[in-house]
Amino acid sequence: MKKIFLTLIATFAVAICANAQGIIGGKVTGNFQTDMQISKEDSVIGAQKLEDKMRINSFANILYTNGDFSAGFRYEGYLNPILGFDAQYQGAGIPYRFASYKKDFLEVTVGNYYEQFGSGLIFRSYEERNLGLDNAMDGVRIVAKPLGGLVIKGVVGKQRYYWDDIWQTDNGLVRGLDADLALNDIIPGFEASEYRLTLGGSFISVYEKANSVFTTIDNEQYRLNIPENIGAGAFRANFGYKNFNLGAEYAQKGQDPNAVNNYIYRKGNAFLLTAGYSVKGFAVRFEGKRIDNMSFKSKRTATGNMLNVNYLPAITRQHSYSLMSMYSYATQVNGEMGFQADVMYKIPKNTLLGGKYGTDVKLNYSYITSLDKEAIDNYALNQMGTEGYTSSFFKFGDEIYFSELNLEVNKKFSKDYKMNFMYSYQTFNPIAFGHEGNPFIYANIFVVDGTYRFSSHQSIKGEIQWLLTEQDYDEFAKGDWLQFGAEYNLNGRWFFAASDQWNYGTQEGEKVHYYNFSLGCTYNTTRVSLSYGKQRQGILCIGGVCREVPASNGLFMTITSSF
Amino acid sequence: MKKIFAFLTMAVLCLGLSAQNAKLASINIKDVDGKVVNTSTFNNGDKPYIVCFWATWCHPCLEELSAMAELYEDWQKETGVKIYAVSLDDTRTKGKVKPLVNSMEWEYEVFIDENSDFRRAMGVNNPPHTFIVGADGSILWQHAGYAEGDEENTIKKYIELSK
Repeated sequence: MKKIFLTLIATFAVAICANAQGIIGGKVTGNFQTDMQISKEDSVIGAQKLEDKMRINSFANILYTNGDFSAGFRYEGYLNPILGFDAQYQGAGIPYRFASYKKDFLEVTVGNYYEQFGSGLIFRSYEERNLGLDNAMDGVRIVAKPLGGLVIKGVVGKQRYYWDDIWQTDNGLVRGLDADLALNDIIPGFEASEYRLTLGGSFISVYEKANSVFTTIDNEQYRLNIPENIGAGAFRANFGYKNFNLGAEYAQKGQDPNAVNNYIYRKGNAFLLTAGYSVKGFAVRFEGKRIDNMSFKSKRTATGNMLNVNYLPAITRQHSYSLMSMYSYATQVNGEMGFQADVMYKIPKNTLLGGKYGTDVKLNYSYITSLDKEAIDNYALNQMGTEGYTSSFFKFGDEIYFSELNLEVNKKFSKDYKMNFMYSYQTFNPIAFGHEGNPFIYANIFVVDGTYRFSSHQSIKGEIQWLLTEQDYDEFAKGDWLQFGAEYNLNGRWFFAASDQWNYGTQEGEKVHYYNFSLGCTYNTTRVSLSYGKQRQGILCIGGVCREVPASNGLFMTITSSF
Repeated sequence: MKKIFAFLTMAVLCLGLSAQNAKLASINIKDVDGKVVNTSTFNNGDKPYIVCFWATWCHPCLEELSAMAELYEDWQKETGVKIYAVSLDDTRTKGKVKPLVNSMEWEYEVFIDENSDFRRAMGVNNPPHTFIVGADGSILWQHAGYAEGDEENTIKKYIELSK
């Protein structure tokens, strides 16, 4: 495969080099990031000694574009992987390279690519670099736009698995087709209609050779009849009228006994619904979700974050304040039901509460429960080798997984002075961290932050975060936390920040400070930041996918740049 | 592997001989109603325009866009600038983009780059990331991150590059 690709690239490259116009017209762009970590032992916070002293993750994307042709690659080096990254990343190389061109109504990509069908319920190939998550496809993709308003995509390939030469593995082959139809652009006379309707449909099939899987039911051993082709289909529609919009996507997956669902034969399905109304200064939104046995990987024995064929979003508020996101929810792919509602309002300018600039108020409520699951007669719930369970589509399960009430107020008092307030009440079931059966965590969290600009090129920021909870057990529920932070900014180029996360409310009476100092510089697209301090052990979540990050104590440096 | 890398590096060096301004990538993204739109349709007549990458979960992005929103009307009158705000929200949060933009009373042209295709093609590491793009689509200036007051530098640059 490598040889084939090399030949392919060489052919393209030679063709372009040989063509004088190509040399003149071509552009090279790219970006780079390196993270360096030095951590020393700290028994209080549980930071381990690093035998190799220093860890460095780096990557660079190099992209060449010439008119309708583009080619590029990404070099990655994990020498060795920083704390929290899977040890299987250790090494360096080029896991991502592609060539692509557009001609007439076709766009063809060979090599690696990322793609998403609809909401991603049956197919999403993507990367989340800070989580070490990458399921890039390696194969061929064709995108066709035969007429305005119609986009058809076809994909085939295998997914990245760390540094494995995937063509030497038995990992499943992913094939898919998707169509997206914007009716307003297709039906004459509807271009400027107040009604807007887009429709879409997709199909995915994963082929993986059967392996031998055995199960014992009533002391009899059975060999499972493993399906080699797993199919999944999805249909979506998005309707809009003036300020109102309604969107839905429904996905269904065929029998797919695998390690995540305990090898049950129940068909999977997922449903996403969103409705919203918004005008200037005011918006309301509702989102509902039901996930039923939708783990979909290109290797049936795989667990964890890699080799996911689909993406199931967590519909809870995504936080950027660290104590707000201490108990972050992650989608339960084997089954969950939930909804989320938002109200956003700008109190108008020149009113009592609005002041000179207006005041932004945002309210969010989310509620996620287990799926209602009934055991099948004569079998245990989720018994391996059976249909697993039955479930009523409209019934919430008995167990709460997560709920949050969140209120945010952003207020600008003068040209130079503004503040944000946030309050959150969270009910957290540790199942989202993979620790089923532990006591729930109930937390009240408060945040106040303010920015003051005291000259045209200097500003200062202050921040207080406070988390209050009665729960104090194990690694992840550690009682009360208080965090202070301050940041000074000069010329938009330099910043200096100091913070302390103080874990004071534990039952053993131990009080731990996680202080941190950082210094950084930005110049156009180059950023360098250096921080020294302690990092608590925790779970880093982005987009509803989480990764454990061990405690560390030491130096961390990040350099990013784009060109 | 080493050979491939060496070859690609050489190929890039060879191809990169004429380092002119890079162009805005032509990528399919979506508008806030879910319709596919190609970024090659971005334009501001014969004037440059600004492209801002942001996300609903990115605090500095919201600060930047809010700060510019207050000045945008004046900026438009004085300089004829147009701002494209490209959100990197994925399935999890993309539904918040339209309500947020409306409730904050932002007047930008707003699009969603749901699977980060445009972000990758533009070499954006993290949001916020701001580009000034010439009328011919060439990248004239770019800046990563947001600090208080950066919006003033951006418009100064814009005026300078519009001349």
